[in-house]
Amino acid sequence: MGKIIEIRWHARGGQGAKTASTLLAETCHAAGKYVQGFPEYGPERMGAPMRAFNRVGDDPITIHAPVEHPDFVLVLDPTLLGSIDVSEGLRPGGTVLINTTLSPEEARKRLPLKEGKIATVDASGISLATIGRDIPNTPMMGALMRLSGIIPFDLFLETIRKDLLKKFHGRTNVVEGNLKAIKRAYEEVKSE
Amino acid sequence: MASRQHVAMTGNEAVAHAMRQINPDVVAAYPITPQTDIVQFFSQFVADGVVKTEFVTVESEHSAMSATIGAAASGARAMTATSSQGLALMWEMLHIASGYRLPIVMPVVNRTLSGPINIHCDHSDTMGALTTGWIQLYSESAQEAYDNMIQAVRIAEHPDVQLPVMVCQDGFITSHGIENLEVLSDEEVAQFIGEYKPVYSVLDVNRPITVGPLVLPDYLFEMKFQQAKAMEAARRVILEVGKEYGRLTGREYGFFEGYRLEDAERVIVVLSSTAGTTRVVVDELRRKGEKVGLLKPRVIRPFPASELREALSHARAVAIMDRAETFSTQGGPLFCEIRAAFYDAPERPLMRNYIFGLGGRDVGTSQIEKVFADLAADLARGSVKTPVSYLDVRE
Repeated sequence: MGKIIEIRWHARGGQGAKTASTLLAETCHAAGKYVQGFPEYGPERMGAPMRAFNRVGDDPITIHAPVEHPDFVLVLDPTLLGSIDVSEGLRPGGTVLINTTLSPEEARKRLPLKEGKIATVDASGISLATIGRDIPNTPMMGALMRLSGIIPFDLFLETIRKDLLKKFHGRTNVVEGNLKAIKRAYEEVKSE
Repeated sequence: MASRQHVAMTGNEAVAHAMRQINPDVVAAYPITPQTDIVQFFSQFVADGVVKTEFVTVESEHSAMSATIGAAASGARAMTATSSQGLALMWEMLHIASGYRLPIVMPVVNRTLSGPINIHCDHSDTMGALTTGWIQLYSESAQEAYDNMIQAVRIAEHPDVQLPVMVCQDGFITSHGIENLEVLSDEEVAQFIGEYKPVYSVLDVNRPITVGPLVLPDYLFEMKFQQAKAMEAARRVILEVGKEYGRLTGREYGFFEGYRLEDAERVIVVLSSTAGTTRVVVDELRRKGEKVGLLKPRVIRPFPASELREALSHARAVAIMDRAETFSTQGGPLFCEIRAAFYDAPERPLMRNYIFGLGGRDVGTSQIEKVFADLAADLARGSVKTPVSYLDVRE
């Protein structure tokens, strides 16, 4: 069986990590992959730390458990770094991608990883500039595509455009804003 | 939909999709976490006019089941859906649905029973309903939940069966997780389930019947005997329908599924989503040369005792995992029934029970690895030290 890429999202309730894991699963599925996308259902309080998960691979995925050893950890809210260990269980060679204005070197001072790499992208800043609101989840996916190469970026853009058009009922300005955000994050993400 | 499609859906979405394709005459339902999506998606189908279903919003699950019973008794193909407390609130009506021999299909998204209150998965709701006279099918994945829904219609409505069916899947774990599945075309589903021709209907004036009369000691026993015979007949019908579904889709269904079971010395028996996690561990350990396997029951009512005994007879040590605590102090329901199935067997494997995953406690590969390791220790010792244990609990 081929390699399954495992992803864990860290965010606060209301920041869109569940939507992001759903959208990522749908997009990768539309691009021909086997996928899983699911959040951890807790008390569902706005602002409380929460996690969501993805698995993406070329073969059927049967495991039904939270991701324990992620290849990629996506941190939507940098204020989580001080309160929880986002790197828990990170696979050797894995990457923690953080939504922050800091460089990976600066971020490492806040997150002293033993193994694995740190990557950063100002997903909030990008989404404010392109979508007009602080919705970092789609640009985080753009950055993830650059780091992971899960699916070719052109194919990703094409499929997520269709997904977003459906999701936003054809509101093309919102869709175009998201696509711009995804492209900018793809270009601007920095990794160690 | 005119053709088969590969889709990414949650388990709840897959069940709602199946319900749209089944296009029942009546759905009466009340929302409860984690079943809510099913009712929500389905009510959207009703609002969009893509089903011809009469959708009845009710004030409780007791009313949901009552309305479904009324609809089914009048000859309608009728459905509802529930979880946990909702199933508990239906309790007396569950027995009435089966006692009146009404072929109702009901998805149940497994969630623990209060208290204390908890919305997460275990099987205490449907395991408590083993005695209600309903057929029970369990689903590992969104695909299986979808496939079981479509087969359930045929099983329930078969003239020799005429019993209600619960289609169970794990709350949140599969109900709210997106995964790949293949769905049939609307036409294929319509053709597979066929037009519903009720055996009896109170609205059939040419063939008047009485539903729900007082039945005294002179006949009640006979009616329960017939009900037991119908459950016996369901054994044959479930297999026939599973084979026919296999010819249509390539996915054949039986009473249970074995995974690398044929030559396995150590076997885990577990229902629903945890079986998927167990497959991963079986593959891992097999790569190391360990003879381990999985048996995943699909049908618990009727209980396929002789077939399970046959399938497990070559095993040397078996761990039966129950996601429900029924407080007998002698192990969970699956354990007790499978152990009883071996009473007359000339040779019996070592058997032990794990109560696991209550209230949504995560079960990952490390817990399953521990169970296989415990079985290895039992084999080395030649006996089971702890027949009933609690997996990953703080003692």
